[in-house]
Parts: sequence; C-alpha cells; structure tokens
Amino acid sequence: MNIEQQDFYTQAILSMAALIGLASFLMLGQGRLLRLIFVFALQGLLLTMTAALSAYSLNNHHLYISAGLTLVLKVMFIPWMLRRQVLAMHMNRDVEALENKTLVMLGGASLMVFSYYVLHPIVQSSSTIMVNALAVSLSVVLLGMLLMISHRQAVAHVVGFMSIENGLFFAAIVATNGMPMVVELGIAFDVLVAAVLFGIFFFHIRTSIDSLDVDRLNRLNEVDQ
Amino acid sequence: MIAAYVLLLIPFLGIVFFGLTGHRDDTGKVNIGLNTLSFLASLWLAVKVLNIGSLYSADQAFLIDSFNVYLIMLTAFVGLTTSIFSGPYMAHEKELGKLNDRRLKLYYSMYQGFMLAMYLVLTTNNMGVMWVAMEGATLATVLLVSLYRTPESIEAAWKYFILCGVGIAQALFGTILLYYAAVQIGDSEHALLWSVLYENADKLNPDILKIAFVFLLIGYGTKIGLVPLHNWLPDAHSEGPTPMSAVLSGLLLNDALYAVVRNKMLVDGATQNNSAGLLMMGFGLLSFLVAAVFLHRQKDIKRLFSYSSIEHMGIMTFAFGMGGPLATFAALLHMTVHSLTKSAIFVTVGHAAQVAGTQDIKKIRGLIKTQPKIGWGLLIGTVAIAGFPPFGVFTSEFLVLLATMHDYPWLAPLLLLGIGIAFAGLFRHIQPMVFGEQPEGQMPVKANLWPVMIHLGLVLWLGLAIPDFLANWFSQATLLISGSTPL
Amino acid sequence: MTWLLAIFQTLLFVALAPLLAGWLKWCKCHLQNRQAPSLLQPYRDLLKLTRKQPVVAEHASWIFTRAPYIIFSAIVLAASIVPLIAVDLPTAAIADVIVLVGFFAFARFFLALAGLDIGTAFGGMGSSREMTISSIAEPAMLMAIFTLTMTASTTNLSFAIIHVLNEGLVLRPSFVFALFALMLVAIAETGRIPVDNPDTHLELTMIHEAMILEYSGRHLALIEWASQVKLMLYGVLIANIFFPWGIAQSFSVQALAHGLLAIIGKLAVLAILLSISETLLAKMRLFRVQEYLSFAYLLGLLGMLSHIILEASR
Repeated sequence: MNIEQQDFYTQAILSMAALIGLASFLMLGQGRLLRLIFVFALQGLLLTMTAALSAYSLNNHHLYISAGLTLVLKVMFIPWMLRRQVLAMHMNRDVEALENKTLVMLGGASLMVFSYYVLHPIVQSSSTIMVNALAVSLSVVLLGMLLMISHRQAVAHVVGFMSIENGLFFAAIVATNGMPMVVELGIAFDVLVAAVLFGIFFFHIRTSIDSLDVDRLNRLNEVDQ
Repeated sequence: MIAAYVLLLIPFLGIVFFGLTGHRDDTGKVNIGLNTLSFLASLWLAVKVLNIGSLYSADQAFLIDSFNVYLIMLTAFVGLTTSIFSGPYMAHEKELGKLNDRRLKLYYSMYQGFMLAMYLVLTTNNMGVMWVAMEGATLATVLLVSLYRTPESIEAAWKYFILCGVGIAQALFGTILLYYAAVQIGDSEHALLWSVLYENADKLNPDILKIAFVFLLIGYGTKIGLVPLHNWLPDAHSEGPTPMSAVLSGLLLNDALYAVVRNKMLVDGATQNNSAGLLMMGFGLLSFLVAAVFLHRQKDIKRLFSYSSIEHMGIMTFAFGMGGPLATFAALLHMTVHSLTKSAIFVTVGHAAQVAGTQDIKKIRGLIKTQPKIGWGLLIGTVAIAGFPPFGVFTSEFLVLLATMHDYPWLAPLLLLGIGIAFAGLFRHIQPMVFGEQPEGQMPVKANLWPVMIHLGLVLWLGLAIPDFLANWFSQATLLISGSTPL
Repeated sequence: MTWLLAIFQTLLFVALAPLLAGWLKWCKCHLQNRQAPSLLQPYRDLLKLTRKQPVVAEHASWIFTRAPYIIFSAIVLAASIVPLIAVDLPTAAIADVIVLVGFFAFARFFLALAGLDIGTAFGGMGSSREMTISSIAEPAMLMAIFTLTMTASTTNLSFAIIHVLNEGLVLRPSFVFALFALMLVAIAETGRIPVDNPDTHLELTMIHEAMILEYSGRHLALIEWASQVKLMLYGVLIANIFFPWGIAQSFSVQALAHGLLAIIGKLAVLAILLSISETLLAKMRLFRVQEYLSFAYLLGLLGMLSHIILEASR
C-alpha cells in the first residue's frame, strides 16, 4: 500500500518518524553542548506528539500516560538537568571540533540503510504501513550509538544514550502501540535513575580527571606499559 | 506463592532500612541476617516447587518452575555467604581508610537492591519486567564499582555503565520485536508473559523471532560477558570491592545467561531448528578461546579471575547453545559449580590482596607461608576452577566435552585446547603467588574463610556424587529446556 | 493557441523577475530599518544600464562579449520549461528536470569562462569558487528532485506536478526533506546569504559578483536580469513542486488568472522568508560551505530513503 492511501494520522506519524530521524542526524553534527541538548529536547517533543497522535487515532488511553511520561522526563527533566550541569561546569563555551562531520553524517545515512536491510523481512511480512517506521526507530538507536562514538564529551555520551532510549520508545509505539503499562513504568523509572546516576558520575569524573573529556579515561587497558 | 512474595519483600525492606539508618557497627550483621531470611525463603520455595511443580502467581506475573527455582536458591546462598564475608571485610576497609560511613551505607543498600533485582529477574514471568530488572541490576551496581573513588574505579564504572546500558538497550529492542511477534497472534494483555508465549511458540513468526533473538543475545550477552562485548567485565570486577566482584561473577552473569536461555526456548519453539543455538555456540566458543588466551597476559589478580569468568560463561553459553539433554544438564551443573567456586575464589583473592596490600600479581608472593589458610584456599580454588577432578567443574566440563564429541566432534579439539591454555594461564600466575618467596613484613589478616570452605566443599561433593534430589532437579530443568532428560 | 500561451508564460516569467528582486529588497530594507527603494527600481536600473555603452577590455575574447547573451538565453529557455501559471503546455514535453539542471550548468559554465576571460585575479577567484560550490550543490539538488520524481515516477516536471495535484493533500516525509534540501541548494545556487552576500562590495568575499566585475552597460544588464530570473526560477520550483495548488490545469482565462495570483502569492511569501533568513544569518566562511551543502545532500538522501522505507508499496 502507498502512503497516499492512508488516513491522515498514519501520514502524520510517518512524517513524525522522518523528523525524529532528522533530529538524530542534527545531533550528530552539533559541536556545542547546549545546542545538542536542545535538539535532544526537540526529539523528545516530537516523540511526545507522536505518542499523543497515536493515542488519539487508536483510542489507546495508556499511550497518553506514556506521552506524558516522555514529556516530563525527556523534554523537561533530563535536558534541564544536563543543561544545569553544563552551565555549572562552564562547558558551554567549548566547541567540540568533530573530526569529520560530513563523513560521520554520511556514515549515519548508511546506518539507516543498514537498519532498513536488517528489518526488511519483518516489514515485508506486515500488513500495516506503520511498521515501516520500525526501520527508522532502529536507525535512531544506531545513530545514538554513532553519536556516542563520535563525540568525546561525557555529556554527549549521555545524550546519545538517552536518544537510544528515544528510538526504543518510538519502536514500541510504532510496532505494538506501546508496551504494557508495567513495563513502560519500569523503563521510565530506569531512565530516570540512569539520568540521576549520570549526573553523579559527571561530578566524580570531573573531580578525578578535571575534565569531562572521556578520551582521558585511559588508565585501564591491556597494553603493556 | 507467598514464599516468592516474601523473597522479594525482604531485600526491598532491606533497602529502605539501610537507607534510613545509615551505616553503623552492626550493619554488616543486619545484612547477613537479611540474606539468611532470603535464603530460608528460597528454601521454602524450592521445597514447594519440588512437591507441587511449577507455581504461578494470581495474574501470571510471577512464575517459579524447575529452571529458576534452583537458580533462586543458588542466588540466595551465594548472597548469604558473600555477606558473611563482606561484613568484616568492609569493616576492615573502613579501618584502612579507604571507605567512609556514607559510602558503606550506599554499599549495603545497593547490595540489597542488587539482590532484589536478581530475584525479580529470576521470578518474573513478564519478559519486559525481566528487562527492567536487568537494567535495575546494572544501575544498582554501577555506583558500587566506583565505591573507592579512585580514577581507575571511576573509569571502570563509567565503562560498565555505558557498555552495559547500550548493550541492554539492544535487548529492549529484541523484547519489543518479541512483543510485536506475540501481538500478531493473540491479545496484547498476556503477550509478554513467558508461559503464554512458550505454549504458543510454534505460532510465532520465525523470521521476526530470529531477528529478535540476535538483538536479545547481543543485549543480554553484554551482561554475560561474551566476547567482543566483554570489555567492561575485567575492569568492573577488578576495581570494585571484592564482595561486589564475587556477586557480579557468581550471580549477575548467571542471571543474564538465564534470560538468554528463556528467550532461546521461545525462539526454538518458533523456528523449529537450532539457529539460535548456533549463534550462542559461536559466541560462546569465541569467548572461551579469547579469554583463555588473555589469561596469560594479566597483571592484576582480580582481572585474571574475571577473564576466567568470561571463559566459563563462554563454555556455558556454548553448552546451552548446543541444546540436547546432555549439554543442557552439563550447563546447568556448570552454572552452579562455577558460581560457587568463583565466589569462593574472589573471597580468597580479596583476603590475599589485603595480606599483600596490592592486587598486582607480581607483588603477591608466599601466601602459603604468611597465612596458610588463604594460600591453600587460593590453590584449591584455582584447581577447582581449572577443571581438575574430583571437583564439580571437571564433571560439567567433561559432560560438555561428551556432548560436543557426540554432536560436533570437530569442535572438541578446540574445547580441549582452550581448557589446556586456560589451565596453563591460571597456574603460571598462581604458582608464584602461593608458593613464592615471602616478601618482607607481610602479616596475616583476620579472615573468615568459612564461606570459602563451604563453597569448595559443596563443589567437591557435586563433583564426586551429585545427590539424588539435585540430580532430579537438574533433570527436570533439562526436560523443560531441551525437551528430554539425559538419564 | 497553446504555443502562444507558452511564449506568453515565458515572457511573463522574464518580466516579473525584477519585480521579485525589488520586492525582496523592499522586505530586507524594512526588516533592517532602512528606507526602501520603490518596487520598480530594478526595472529602472536595467533600463539605465541598457542605455550605457559597454566598456570591454582590450584583450577580451569573443567569450566575454557573447557570454551575456548566451547566459540570458539559457536562463530564458529554462524559464520556458518550468510551469509558472499552467501545466500541460507544449513545452511540457521537454520539461525534464535533468534538462533544467543542464540549462543551469550551461549558463554557469559560460559565466565562469567569462570571469576567467580577462585574466584578472578576482574574476578567476570567483569562477573557481562558483564551480566548487556548484559541484557540491548539483548532486544535492538532483537528490532532492529525484525524491519528487520517484514519487511521481517521471522526471518530467509538468507530469510530476500534475501527479502531485491529483493526489490531494498528502503528508509525505520525503517531501519535507526534499523541500528543505531544495531550499538550502537554492540559497547556494542563487548566491544569497549565508553562502554569498549579493550586496557586498568586498571583492575577496565575492563569489557571483567577482565573475561579473568587469561587465558594464547592456552586458551587465543582461547578466543581472539573468540572475534575477534564476532566483525566480528556484522560487517557482519550490513553490510549484511542493505546494502546487492553484496552478492552472486548463487554459480558461479564469484558471490562468487564478494560477497567476497563486504563484504571485507563493513567491511573495517565499521572498519574505528569504529576507528574514538573510537578515538573521551571517555569511559563512567559504570552507564551511561544503558542510552546508553536504547537509543539503544528506537531507536529499534522507528524503529518498524516507520514500523507500516509509512510503513505497512493497
């Protein structure tokens, strides 16, 4: 089936899928931490809107709760906490010189193609068109990992980690209209605790190596000294 | 079923209690008491399951069957003995000035938190809750790895957090795909319940499950310590406090393997061939061989034994992957004996490091002269883990070899080679440590080696003559997992 | 009859281009709190330039003197195939997207040669910069256009627009990406901020202006007019491909008038958006233009991937 034969909600959700993927790409190219956090919050907002739209079109009320949780956690709390840390440690002026932005972004595009290839059998066997967005969600997960690899700052690692969770939440909405409530609450709780732990970690790393540049954490290795 | 609820309630109360009261002189003893209660609850549960069969909770949220009940008992037992060891050990660390009250309060509450997460992984019937509990176990132990707040331990904890977090996210994707496959054939209310999925496994779409299993294996495999996802393991085990290394090696790795095997049972039902098992075999064999080789290069005693953990988890994954009753029985036995032996070794290693004042292998010498109990304990523990008869590890490795020679004879030489290399690697390091020249000023420390002796005694017993009820247990679990009994 | 209509459309295109440039300048001036010149000022400028005698350097070759006519003709031909107020005109048969890109390349080629012709340093610099930018911008533009053509299964602009019109209001992710990609490429190709400042007088920062530094009189008039038509071309492309409603599908006077009003409205809005972005952004350093254009290429690529992954039938 084609997109023009779908109803408006499906079209809107697929467009949101594309925009969420675009937000991941935008995060890949950001050198400034505050802008990175802002784009991450934007991705969370798009996710909330997708969840709310899905809840409205399928009449699935517990997706509203998930959307609310995402809004509070991923759009408000975590970006606020990260932003506060960045400003407190005066890192907002550092511009991370990414080695080769273009190459990283094209690598991201190839990851998108790869995730489409991996999920092709599932998408083939499905009757709904929404499952096409599963490929986008897997690519958001992979792009989150690419973000962690290509950036050196620990804050960027946390943003990458949280955007992996964004991709997984999106996968849950698209493929199965949300996980059972118990699991959703558990995952949200885990994300919250992880965020708090990251905050504690930044403090420890900063006091131990006096910067949040993770490349400097290199004392434990297998190489002969 | 009440036993299961009690089992989950005790650690939860423990967290609350330790969080409120902070660290006092008797906190170690309270910890031991809580773990004793948990062990008794698990015994009660085990007896019930042995008599009645599988237990389900009212809304099918919890499931206790023959596979997880013995793991629950094992978890409770190792948790208990480790807490017996950890009480005086942590008090000694506090005397040395490496820790303070606040950190010890965190340690004890997170110890109970970790136990709660482990019990939840083992008792839940809901695959999603299993994932949540796994992630919870990671989160509970992250701060414990960096308890000493040295730069190395912070680095190890960061590595642990990021690697395990990202890895487990893959497992969540696999769970979502599993849920998607389940929703295709039935209602979404019970779609994540393992028991329901197991009954209807043949109706699930095999392609989806195959892809889901890849993600699940990579995700939970990170927590098992499969090569090449193992990089966090040596660091986390060597930089954290010794009781932490004991429970991580003895319990967390087991529970991650349990999660993988539960998922494998579903996938096997759907695909009707052993494709999932082949993947597990590949990863298991790779971990086994790589870890055996890496054992030779280690300079830190705890890293040495953590690579040994990776090696043994490799064998177990390989055996579970092969399927078939003999290999499954061997793997279950191996889970038990490895858990007991490794935690005993880590306890001894902790004391050895305290005696020598360092974890560097080159600087630990002459343990048998300084404190014979520790020297002997280390020697016998290494002998046990390397696979010498008559210890239990020999029995299980022998059974794995038998099964390999039966199903995949061309892999048996690899296994033998790996076991030989690992043996050499362990002993070239242990020999000088136990028997070397005693350095100046090495004094014995106060050590309670009862946990070690009990564990090693159990392993010896299991190697010589497995008692009937245990053999029955393993048989029932093997029947559940592989569909037929070995005997 | 329809041939007359086609010629009329082309003439209208060419005639309205300076008005668009005047409107753009008017918006920018008002945003920057300056006194704006009248909307018809570009016509007066072109007229003034036509009356003056062109001054040609001694060792200029035939390329220098002929280039303005060649460039202008190529751009007018491009204008004839892009549907302005009506689709399905006789020129629709040659209205292929790749032909359009070819016309642009043809004009650009001669402009670059003209810049090199005299042998001044600034001309050569401008030409090399222009060719560098266009070598990265062209693939990006083609990627964006291919997204549209994959949806419509044809590279013919007219048929593609008719296809999009017939489907009604469909929210396509690939179109969102292609729209942004095309907007970014349009800014680069027409030499606006943030790629090139059209009002600059600093020669070392010029790209387009540097190539035409030596031109005067009617030659300069033709080249200026050509660049204004090019700007309008990109605007019409963006407006009519992605928001084609209002364009005339029949040839009645009512439909044509409707189409004319629609396109004027869309172009006016686009010009406002362009003036806002020109006021808010600063010109990028030259080496960063490659990042900007790679991002446009990436957006085009994402558009195509979105089409394949999200929209296409199995």
